[in-house]
Amino acid sequence: MARTIRVLIAKPGLDGHDRGAKVIARALRDAGMEVIYTGIRQTPEQIVSAAIQEGVDIVGLSILSGAHNRLFPKVVKLLREKGAGDILVFGGGIIPVDDIPGLKEAGIKEIFLPGASTEDIIQYIRDIVPA
Amino acid sequence: MSDLTPEELERWQETTLQKAVSKSPERQPSFETTSHIELKNIFTPLDAGAADYMPDIGFPGEFPFTRGVQPTMYRGRFWTMRQYAGFATAEETNQRYKYLLAQGQTGLSVAFDLPTQIGYDSDHPLSDGEVGKVGVAIDSLKDMEILFDGIPMDKVSTSMTINSTAAILLAMYIAVAEKQGVKSDLLQGTIQNDVLKEYSARGTYIFPPQESMRVVTDIFAFCKNNIPKWNSISVSGYHMREAGCTAVQEVAFTLADGIAYLDAAMKVGLDVDSIASRIAFFFCCHNNFLEEVAKFRAARRLWAKIMKERFHAKKDSSCMLRFHTQTAGCTLTAQQFENNVVRVALQAMAAVLGGTQSLHTNSRDEAYALPTEGSVKIALRTQQIIAHESGVADMTDPLGGSYAVEALTNEIEKKSVEYIRKIDEMGGAIKAIAAGYIQKEIADSAYQYQKDIESKKQIIVGINQFQTEEAPLKDVLRIKPEVEEYQKQKLARVKAERNNEKVKETLAALKKAAQGSDNVIPLILEAVKAYATLGEISDTLREVFGEYTQQ
Repeated sequence: MARTIRVLIAKPGLDGHDRGAKVIARALRDAGMEVIYTGIRQTPEQIVSAAIQEGVDIVGLSILSGAHNRLFPKVVKLLREKGAGDILVFGGGIIPVDDIPGLKEAGIKEIFLPGASTEDIIQYIRDIVPA
Repeated sequence: MSDLTPEELERWQETTLQKAVSKSPERQPSFETTSHIELKNIFTPLDAGAADYMPDIGFPGEFPFTRGVQPTMYRGRFWTMRQYAGFATAEETNQRYKYLLAQGQTGLSVAFDLPTQIGYDSDHPLSDGEVGKVGVAIDSLKDMEILFDGIPMDKVSTSMTINSTAAILLAMYIAVAEKQGVKSDLLQGTIQNDVLKEYSARGTYIFPPQESMRVVTDIFAFCKNNIPKWNSISVSGYHMREAGCTAVQEVAFTLADGIAYLDAAMKVGLDVDSIASRIAFFFCCHNNFLEEVAKFRAARRLWAKIMKERFHAKKDSSCMLRFHTQTAGCTLTAQQFENNVVRVALQAMAAVLGGTQSLHTNSRDEAYALPTEGSVKIALRTQQIIAHESGVADMTDPLGGSYAVEALTNEIEKKSVEYIRKIDEMGGAIKAIAAGYIQKEIADSAYQYQKDIESKKQIIVGINQFQTEEAPLKDVLRIKPEVEEYQKQKLARVKAERNNEKVKETLAALKKAAQGSDNVIPLILEAVKAYATLGEISDTLREVFGEYTQQ
């Protein structure tokens, strides 16, 4: 049997819009993954230490405040600095499409925009996380 | 009144209707609203008859205000067209306000950035990346002076979406008005000041609930004595709805919060009739047109009854539920974004038919970023078209008496009463939030809604049906990263130029008041006038009140 995928869903920054993060956390759980949700207002440092402590395979970052260009790359950078660069990072929220190439260059694997289905996100994680 | 009998209705159902359905079945086995209210094929006087005209529907401007809070409603004056706006610096936002006023907008609505809402200056480490993003950055009185430069504060009414730091921003508003030569008793506007929904949905809390409620009641008392035309709170269902709750839950949780604020006010000895007429409300307007119209009517009737029966309000004005509406941001799609103009128009129309006092219409591009000036113009024009061209503003409560709308109004009220009873049994809204009950109800509804979309039970045009390949929108409003640096420099200049002794003194006085039971608002006003920063004032209160962390 395949091992259970472990996911951290995190809300970096000061933004309180957690509807999407909560819906996705629950959908991933219903899909059989182990999901830890950080709650709102987490610093990149807190997110990275939670990811390492919980030994997750992948981190999903949700942000709607527009601070993604600053905070998403910071999470990837800190993970690498702590020797946890193998933990994958994806993101979602209100993100202008022009920002996506820069975020991917900074190491964010994928960005999901409004309208993305939980099915797509579940499939994406199953495909990208090594068995 | 009506000559329709249950037997007659049954005859129609069993003959004419049954014949048609057996030939070709209806689209779905059953139909319901987003609040799971079952919709019959037709509603008749037999359904609407559950309400008696005089006690339950009545006349506009009279208890229980089902048909509207004013006797003339929009025949007297249109609703206030009030676009929520703010981004980057006070300088840029001031320009946007002047543009909106020049386009015929009739009131201002200030969006603050998250550091301002959570009590951090622009140079705080936690403000990193957030400065000027979701609203305008305000660090000190200096920024507020720039924000309202050239705007006549005695004429324009201003709504400020500010909660945990509401007292500070209100104090700044009063101080700037004073500099413009406008006395505080002339000021008109609203501060949101609704901290309870910050714990249950919106997230910009600072202090623990009890301490937050103390600041809220200090604001009530201060406003009553100093700025009598100011709405000291806007009890908000909007954010709970955006977080995913249903129309019924929106009414129930909002009114339960309203009850909690009044309970707190009574506890500190405020008289119900001296503050109730300055309590305003804020609702969302979602997609389901008739349910939304009914929701506003039900909320008005239920609040009127609560004020009279629970709080024994004597004045009619205490029983009036006056509200602002914003169309539902969560219904905007990134896909085929121009369709959002139509969604917003329908939602805005429902808000008007529901009798809103003021309205914000969302812009078509907000699933991507804050709106561009061009998009905001269409959103504002949408309201102007409804007001001047559609004709719906020429009668009061034109859907009143519709069998369906009256039946839905009754049903929404009934289901809301059940929720409020449940919350009462838990010990009120504050306890229900502490127990995570309201948060769980919202999250459950949000998840169900998403599942309904993915199972295609709920069709969203362009999302799960009628999709087209298209290039995503690229021309969006961008906040320059330089804004943060500019704001930090401005803050440093303010700190260098002010009298630091005076700042220390005023903050020490504020701390003392916070530790005791004196009203903190006059002391915040003194600190603001000495150019103490928003972060410094918030930190002073944090030292005394402590900080809340999410459970």
